[in-house]
Amino acid sequence: MLELSGIFKKYFLGEPNELTVLKNLNIKIEEGEFVSVVGQSGSGKSTLMNIMGALDRPTEGEYILDGVAVSQMKDSQLSEIRNQKIGFVFQTFNLIPRTTALSNVELPLFYMGVGKRKRAERAAELLKLVGMDDRMHHMPNELSGGQKQRVAIARALANDPSIILADEPTGALDSKTGNLVMDIFLKINREQKKTVVLITHNEELALKTQRIITLLDGEIISDRKVAA
Amino acid sequence: MIWENIQLAFSSLKSNKMRALLTMLGIIIGIMSIITIVIIGDAMSATVTEDLSQLGGNNVTLNLQEKSERSVSYSIENGRAVSYREYVPPESGDMISDGMISGLKAAFPEEITGVSVSVNGGSARAQDGELYANISVTGTNADYFLANNLTVLSGRLISEDDVRENAQTAVVSNKLAGKMFPDGSDPVGQQVKVYKTYAIELYTIIGVYEYEQSAFTMSNVADEDITTQFYIPVSTATQDNLEKNYYSATVVITPGEDVAGLTTELQRYFDDLYFNNANWGVNVFNMSSILETVTETLGTISVAIAFIAGISLVVGGIGVMNIMLVSVTERTREIGTRKALGAKNFHIQFQFVTEALIIALVGGVIGLVLGIALGAAAAAVFGAKLVISPPVVAGSVLFSMLIGVFFGLYPANKAAKLDPIDALRYE
Repeated sequence: MLELSGIFKKYFLGEPNELTVLKNLNIKIEEGEFVSVVGQSGSGKSTLMNIMGALDRPTEGEYILDGVAVSQMKDSQLSEIRNQKIGFVFQTFNLIPRTTALSNVELPLFYMGVGKRKRAERAAELLKLVGMDDRMHHMPNELSGGQKQRVAIARALANDPSIILADEPTGALDSKTGNLVMDIFLKINREQKKTVVLITHNEELALKTQRIITLLDGEIISDRKVAA
Repeated sequence: MIWENIQLAFSSLKSNKMRALLTMLGIIIGIMSIITIVIIGDAMSATVTEDLSQLGGNNVTLNLQEKSERSVSYSIENGRAVSYREYVPPESGDMISDGMISGLKAAFPEEITGVSVSVNGGSARAQDGELYANISVTGTNADYFLANNLTVLSGRLISEDDVRENAQTAVVSNKLAGKMFPDGSDPVGQQVKVYKTYAIELYTIIGVYEYEQSAFTMSNVADEDITTQFYIPVSTATQDNLEKNYYSATVVITPGEDVAGLTTELQRYFDDLYFNNANWGVNVFNMSSILETVTETLGTISVAIAFIAGISLVVGGIGVMNIMLVSVTERTREIGTRKALGAKNFHIQFQFVTEALIIALVGGVIGLVLGIALGAAAAAVFGAKLVISPPVVAGSVLFSMLIGVFFGLYPANKAAKLDPIDALRYE
């Protein structure tokens, strides 16, 4: 489903201050898995997420997502991969300001070229799934943090992606709303069989997932299943 | 996608109204100045054209003119050759006579509708007790009114019989009629006393014409002191003069005739007629050449000023670019998010170009409306006709759009090329 093999990410190539952020990572994630990637800041979590999210290319190694080799694609192809196969959920929600919740959820469909009516139908359906159907026409600044993140999750699901990448999705929320948001992830993983990769430094949150990959200084130091 | 981008652009403008307005200001002022200038220019040339053609675009003017080779004498003064040209006034035989006019009409019976002559009878005042009106006395023949369009309100114009009989008849303006006959009685058939410098004359009013203010006479004379033309038969005007012939005359060409060709023919006719006259000749010329020159000159001036105004549009465009760059920076995170959600570079580019285009277009339309209003006001002040040419309207709207696209392209490209990772991380 998702396979990273021999991934290196280096910066300042060939210069005296050459920096290796990811060192020979090998990760395989099966369809329907709920995996968390943990590690301290600077451990390479974000870089790994950028590569998994097709926002960045590895310096070395192979990344195969849903049977497609992503590692050496051009920018416009990466855009298509992100649009069709990846759903992003960010710590800071990143909803488009001055645009309704509905339009925000429609956005990936818009870039895919889906027609207006179909977009609106699908977006409304997803907002209902995350319990935001009564706030469809609200602007982001009229929503609370938890509500924003639910809209963002609906948006991540819009194009029925192969994988949901969530980068510290509860980081900007209080623990109660954080748990609520976490429950939604668990629900879509369980009910929709969506593959979810959660990037976090919160061990407690990671324990709710099925498998924890721990990074330290760009290397995997542990990869273990969580006992149910 | 276009419609969504337009909506997006409008919502982004609405969210920052003051900034949007200030950004548009350059475009608004630029388009407004251009439109105003073009409208004033068009109004001026339309009015000038109308006035000049009222003076007779179809008319050919005959002017008595000194022959250039005439009576040049040389003398040596302080060792240098100096040429002298003494002015000898034309004698009666040199001038354009009634006989000459009859001959001309006979020579071109089809081509010439009439030959208008007029003499200046000087300023005078029509007075009757307390009532008075300033007038300028003009002696005319019957054909004069073929060359000069007057709207007759009542009565008739000067006839050939009036001229033949040296009649004491007059055609007056409705201004004079209103002042001299405030009770509203019909002035036609009534008598009016005219006070000249050395004489008082009595005229019978035979007709009233409508006074029209020309764009040229932008005088600040109070309405009651306005001087209007007082037409009398040319023979009456010249009966006390020693000289009864004319310095100039106007030939009215039959509509449909080739004015330019006839002008040349008439010139040849008079060159022959004056062949043996050593000192004097007749110059034949047509208003349409002047008309062309004036219209052309006005057009050139308008274009020149509009070009200068166009510079302010460029400044306005730079303003749009500036704000678009700010907007791109402000919305870096949004751009990053859009890219993460699958937007390709051209999506982002298109979005920002559309926004710049909308700013420029809205500014352009506002400028257009203001420009038309200002132009209309100016035209009203000048008493000129308001002319709004559709190509100018379409052109200015199109030009403002072009400016939007041109100056929006760089910021849009900058936005499109942002690296999604950097953009998402941007604080």
